[in-house]
Amino acid sequence: MIYDVAVIGAGVIGSMISMELSHYNLSSVLIERFNDVAMGTTKANSAIVHAGFDAMPGTLKAKFNVEGTKLMPGICKTLHVPFKQCGSVVVAFYEEQLKTLQTLYDRGIKNGVPDMEIIGRDKLRELEPHINEIAKGALYAKTAGVVCPYQLAIASAENAVLNGTKVELNYQVEKIDYDENSKIFSICSGDRKIEAKYVINCAGIHSGKVASLIGDNSIEIIFRKGEYMLLDKNQGHLANTVIFQCPSEMGKGILVTKTVDGNVITGPSSIDIGSVDEDLSTNSDVLDSVVEAARLSVPEINTRNVITSFAGLRAHSPTNDFIIGESDVNPSFINVAGIESPGLSAAPAIGVYVKDLIVKKLGVSMKEGYELSRKAPVRFNELTNEQKKELIEKDKRYGRIICRCETVTEGEILDAIHSPIPATDVDGVKRRTRAGMGRCQGGFCGSKVVELLAREHGLKLDDITKFGGNSKLLVGKTK
Amino acid sequence: MLNYDIVVVGGGPAGMAAAVKAKECGVDSILVLERAETLGGILEQCIHTGFGLHYFGEELSGPEYADRFIQQITEKNIEYKTDTMVLEVTADNKVYAVNSTDGLLEIQAKAVILAMGCRERPRGALNTPGTRCAGVMTAGTAQKYVNIDGYMPGKKVVILGSGDIGLIMARRMTLEGAEVKLVCELMPYSSGLTRNIVQCLDDYGIPLELSCTVIRIHGNERLEGVTVAKVDENRRPIKGTERFIECDTLLLSVGLIPENELTREAGIELDPVTSGAVVDESRQTTQPGVFACGNVLHVHDLVDYVTLESYSAGEGAAKYVLGTAPEKRYITTKGVGGVRYIVPQKVNLNAGEDVKLYFRVGRVYKGASVVVKYNGYEIMRRKKPRLAPGEMENVILKESELAKFAEGGLVEISVEE
Repeated sequence: MIYDVAVIGAGVIGSMISMELSHYNLSSVLIERFNDVAMGTTKANSAIVHAGFDAMPGTLKAKFNVEGTKLMPGICKTLHVPFKQCGSVVVAFYEEQLKTLQTLYDRGIKNGVPDMEIIGRDKLRELEPHINEIAKGALYAKTAGVVCPYQLAIASAENAVLNGTKVELNYQVEKIDYDENSKIFSICSGDRKIEAKYVINCAGIHSGKVASLIGDNSIEIIFRKGEYMLLDKNQGHLANTVIFQCPSEMGKGILVTKTVDGNVITGPSSIDIGSVDEDLSTNSDVLDSVVEAARLSVPEINTRNVITSFAGLRAHSPTNDFIIGESDVNPSFINVAGIESPGLSAAPAIGVYVKDLIVKKLGVSMKEGYELSRKAPVRFNELTNEQKKELIEKDKRYGRIICRCETVTEGEILDAIHSPIPATDVDGVKRRTRAGMGRCQGGFCGSKVVELLAREHGLKLDDITKFGGNSKLLVGKTK
Repeated sequence: MLNYDIVVVGGGPAGMAAAVKAKECGVDSILVLERAETLGGILEQCIHTGFGLHYFGEELSGPEYADRFIQQITEKNIEYKTDTMVLEVTADNKVYAVNSTDGLLEIQAKAVILAMGCRERPRGALNTPGTRCAGVMTAGTAQKYVNIDGYMPGKKVVILGSGDIGLIMARRMTLEGAEVKLVCELMPYSSGLTRNIVQCLDDYGIPLELSCTVIRIHGNERLEGVTVAKVDENRRPIKGTERFIECDTLLLSVGLIPENELTREAGIELDPVTSGAVVDESRQTTQPGVFACGNVLHVHDLVDYVTLESYSAGEGAAKYVLGTAPEKRYITTKGVGGVRYIVPQKVNLNAGEDVKLYFRVGRVYKGASVVVKYNGYEIMRRKKPRLAPGEMENVILKESELAKFAEGGLVEISVEE
């Protein structure tokens, strides 16, 4: 089969573009090198929806950020994705930083950011009682928020699948051929081949390399590494909004916020590590510096309450802007590259923009009666007692708790395993249900999740991986 | 809404012993709620022997020890529900729980006994740098895979931490054909029992390196190795001592954390050192009618002590329900000078019996004395050949002594070298 469109990379950008395309009369495939969607930058970032005052006016970053942030609440509601418009504060800790707040405010006005306000010390302390006493004031932006980035990618990819998009996982794109006569791309991985009329390159940190497969060497991507720490939910009181410090050359600095799930997150560090080694390791000196910086914002942050730390790679382009549009080498090849912060905030708007581009090229119309949403995932621990009762009466499997820390039921895990993009590994179940994300980090439920995965997929326990590939958890039977 | 005199949260050794004792004390209406598929708790996966030496005077395996209590639960017709997770304990001793047969249970209890046990400290809490590959797990998780599921987590193993589960798993993995290359311990002493170091490491030639830790985890998909290094007296890695050990498995035995989420949410006061509730000698918490015992109260090294403590809680809860609990006239206890904590933190002068104070020291002492003071006056001094953080100690306050104390007094235990 020859697809109308192939999207390379199933992060939040590729997934949202696929979803938008799936609402039109065209055929599409979403290609991903890992065992699941949302496995790259999407699963390890700050999970912030930015108001939009950071990027310089006139840049794509500014445009798509402001538009995306406007679309975000509605999209999250429609797709049943956790999102909270908690607002953000950029805090001035020193007198001289107050000027920066004004600069950011003015830039926000130029970018079209609504609902901003420069607030004094008292209002800031009212919003954030645990903020450092030395704080002088802040830029408060009410449209900012927190979202679950991998849920957003999973939900939009699921919606695409429900509307007919094919998902090809474990598909590492190695070669792309273009036939000038038929105007068809052949996207190859080993002896597998996918054919499509249009290709959208959403390959994240590898978008430069994927573009070069058609001879487009214009995109340079540098892996910008960020390390984070996640604190126990019982520290949730430490932050109500997204707490930023005044920005620097390397980004927006160390933030402290409550995630949409109620944990406290702090990070990221920001270190350029070239463009070859996908180094996702954490480092003690870096994490020490993250904590030190975080304590400038919230002095009470204590590493004793850290439940995990992780690293993510952002696709940084030296142009300092997103690269979105037709390749100079081939107009049927669309690059969506250099999507670093505020990429997550921008994702809904980028999805619509790229969809419009393709729909115009193909001249296709909207599908009648397409699926707007996906099946709402059950989140047992958010239900009222009455709802819990009702649910278990309907399906007993929701009465069996598998993950104790996050109160995740067997029913929820089975739903994830049988969802439109089935979870096939332990981390896939974790991202969809939060089983294993709590304070014991899967110590108790990990082996039960392995059992359920094996049972439902008809596999043996030692076939089950943590995140695909060779990440097996067990190495065979005992004697 | 169901009504019970006593609801026991947890059907491990602590919960079972507490339920059995409460029944013996004359309370009939008891319900034990257990989240696992069977009663017995973590003992079910502890197939090694060494349980019950102190209490039964026999060397039992974990399941055998548990079975002694499961039989009593059955014989005494104590009600229990397995596969049942307690979601909430309220300020008026209402218990919300869930399972797949009853759905959501709402139970009004006169007394509640908290016996949820503990969990292992995971990798994330250690902040060990490196990658997040497969092959890193807690020793208890590995124990479940090996002993319950019959699967091996790996073939070449490094164990971080010399807690008892880590030591036991070093032997278990070796018996299953794996090569345990090293057990490394951050502290200059092991937190495990001496008998486990001898029987699980020495007997198998497994090296134990003290003042040593894993400073980096390597491997993209599956673990490929760890870097270990010696640490200085401040537990900081010493430059130049790093070495790489090739392995596919890293087991963590780096501490146990009492599972007090229900306790915390109920608003019950917790002791920051034990991470368990503040209790009196009957193991009653700061919420009237709520008792706590076993590893949820403080981490024990021997199940035998868990049993004894749980008897106290069971008896306390029964007296509370029957209205025979003595009037409260408390003194407080406090660990000072080398003693990290004491349980119970309060003692009722009207207890009407000898009271055992359990405590742990902060480091290894040789030939030191345990000193007990009442309001600053020394009332007891005992020389000990060896004191170690891994071995829980106790002193007894005699009933006759308690009679001499005044309400509001302070009993301190310290170590003097």
